[in-house]
Amino acid sequence: MSEPPGAVTLAEAPALDTPPEKLAAQRVQPLRRPGRWIATAVVLVLVAQFVHGLVSNPFYQWDRFGYWFLRPVILDGLLITLEVAAYSAVLGLAGGILLALARLSRSPVLRAVSWTYVWALRSIPLIVVLLFLYNFSALYQTLSLGVPFGPAFFTFDESRLATDMAIAVVGLSLNEAAYAAEVVRGGILSVDQGQHEAAAALGLPRGYQFWKIVFPQALRSITPNYVNQLIGLIKSTSLVFYVSLLDLFGTAQTMGATYPGDIVPLLLVVTVWYLILTSVVSVVQFYVERYYARGATRSLPPTPLQQLRRSLSEFRQRLRKEAAV
Amino acid sequence: MTTETTPAAVEVHDVHKWYGTHRVLDGVNLTVRPGEVTVILGPSGSGKSTLLRVVNHLEKPEIGHVSINGEPIGVRRHGGRLRELSERTILTQRSRIGFVFQNFNLFPHLTVLDNVAAAPVATRKLTRAAAQELARELLGRVGLADKAGAYPRQLSGGQQQRVAIARALALRPGVILFDEPTSALDPELVGEVLAVIKDLATSGTTLVIVTHEIGFAREVADRVVFIDEGKIVEQGPPSEVLDTPQHERTRDFLSKVL
Repeated sequence: MSEPPGAVTLAEAPALDTPPEKLAAQRVQPLRRPGRWIATAVVLVLVAQFVHGLVSNPFYQWDRFGYWFLRPVILDGLLITLEVAAYSAVLGLAGGILLALARLSRSPVLRAVSWTYVWALRSIPLIVVLLFLYNFSALYQTLSLGVPFGPAFFTFDESRLATDMAIAVVGLSLNEAAYAAEVVRGGILSVDQGQHEAAAALGLPRGYQFWKIVFPQALRSITPNYVNQLIGLIKSTSLVFYVSLLDLFGTAQTMGATYPGDIVPLLLVVTVWYLILTSVVSVVQFYVERYYARGATRSLPPTPLQQLRRSLSEFRQRLRKEAAV
Repeated sequence: MTTETTPAAVEVHDVHKWYGTHRVLDGVNLTVRPGEVTVILGPSGSGKSTLLRVVNHLEKPEIGHVSINGEPIGVRRHGGRLRELSERTILTQRSRIGFVFQNFNLFPHLTVLDNVAAAPVATRKLTRAAAQELARELLGRVGLADKAGAYPRQLSGGQQQRVAIARALALRPGVILFDEPTSALDPELVGEVLAVIKDLATSGTTLVIVTHEIGFAREVADRVVFIDEGKIVEQGPPSEVLDTPQHERTRDFLSKVL
C-alpha cells in the first residue's frame, strides 16, 4: 500500500512527552492568535493618525468648537430638534401601529386604505411633504368640520393652526408612520401563529390578545428596527430648516452664514450633538431589548456594568493565581 | 334526569371542511355525553386535529356545525338557517371550551402563574387576586406549585404541557379538547402529562383527546373513535374498537401502531 508522504499511521505516531493518563487531566490551552495582535496594532496606528489629524489640523478650529458647543443659541436649536423628534416619534409610532393593525385586519377596506397610505408616503420625499404642508395654508385657507359637501359646523383659520412647529411635526409624523407601520407589521408577523391560536382558544378579548399577548412579543423584533427608524428620524429633523424652523442644524446653518469663518467648527458641533443623541438612544435600546427578552431567553444577557464587574473579578483572580505561583 | 333531556356535551352535526379541493372532513357526526372521555384515533392527515379545531371554532366548517351543551358554536339559528356570530360572541363561547395544543403554546413573556391567571382576569370572570389564587391551586393540582414564578422556556416540555393544562382548567371549561398533547414530548416525559389527564378523566370532566397513545386510550377512554380520510370509520368502547375492530382500515392502522 503506498501512503502519501507525510501521512502518519497510528502505529508509528511519535511518542508523546507525557503519558496519556496525565494528558487527560490537563487543561486545554487556548489557541494562540498572533494575527489578532497584529490587527490590533494596525488599528491603533490608524486611530492615532486620525486623532492626530483632528487635533493638529488648524482647519477644524477646536477653540471655535468650544466656543459654540454650549452657546444658548445652539442649545435652543437642540431643544427644537429634540421636541420635533420626540413628538414625531410618538405620533409616528402610534400611527404606525394603527396602520399595521389596519393592514393585518380582516376588513378589505382597512387593508386597502393602509396599503395606499404606506405606498404614497413612502414614495414622496420627506422634503416634498414638508414643503407641501408649508404651502398648505395657501391651498386651503380654512379647515371646517361638518357634513361633506354640506354645511360646516366649525371652521378654523388654517394659518393660525399651522405654526412652523406643527407643520414640522405633522410632516415628519406622516412620513414616520408609513415606515413605522411596516416595522410594526413585521414584528407582529414574527410572533408565532400558535400564540394567536392559544389566545383565541382561551377566548381572550381581541384588545387583550393584541396588547397583552401579541404586541409584547412583537416588540422584541420591533425595537431594533424601530430604533433604526428613530435614529433616521432624529437626523431627518434637520430638514425642518426648510420650513423655517431653527433646529440644531438650522441654527448652525444660520450662524455659519453670519460667521462664515466658523462653518467647519459649527458642523463639528452639530456632528457631536447628533452623535450624543444617537448614543443615548442606543443605550436606551439596550435596556428596552433586555426588558423584552424576559422569557424569550433562559437567562438575560448581562448589562455592561455586570460585564465589567465580572471581567474585573476574573482579572483579579488571575492575578492572585499568578502571584501564588 | 334522562339522557333525552340532558343535552350532549359535544355534538358534531354533519361537519364538512375542505381546503381548496381537498376534503379534510367529509360529513362527520359525533355525540359526546357529559363526563365522557372520548379518544380520537386515526392516521396522520385523517382530519382528527381539524375535527378538534372545528369543535372550538378555530376552524370554520364549510357545512354543518358543532353544539356544546346544546348551544351552537360560532353560529346561531335564524329562521331555519345558520348565521355566523360576531367574533366577540365566539370568543365568549370559546372561553367555555378548554384547548390543549401539541406545542403547548404557552405565552413565553409571562410567568407560569400569569399564564394560568391571564384568561380568568381578561374575560372578567375573576379579580386578579382571585385568579392568582386559583392559578396557584391549579398549579398544585398538576404538581407544579413551585414553578409559579418561572418563565415557560425554563421548564421541560412535560412541565410546560402541565402548565398548559392548568391554563385550560382556569376557565372552568365544561369540555377540554387535547390535540396530541404528548406528541412533542421526549418519551420519558409522556407519563407525567398522561397522569394529569387521567386524573381529569376520573374527576368527571368531559374530555376529547386526539392521541397516538393506544395504551392510554385503552385505559382512560369511555369511547374510541377511529377516523380516516375525513370520515368516522368506527366507534365504540375501547375493548371493541381496539381489540375486535370491525373494519379493515382500523385493523390496518392498529397493526401499524401497536
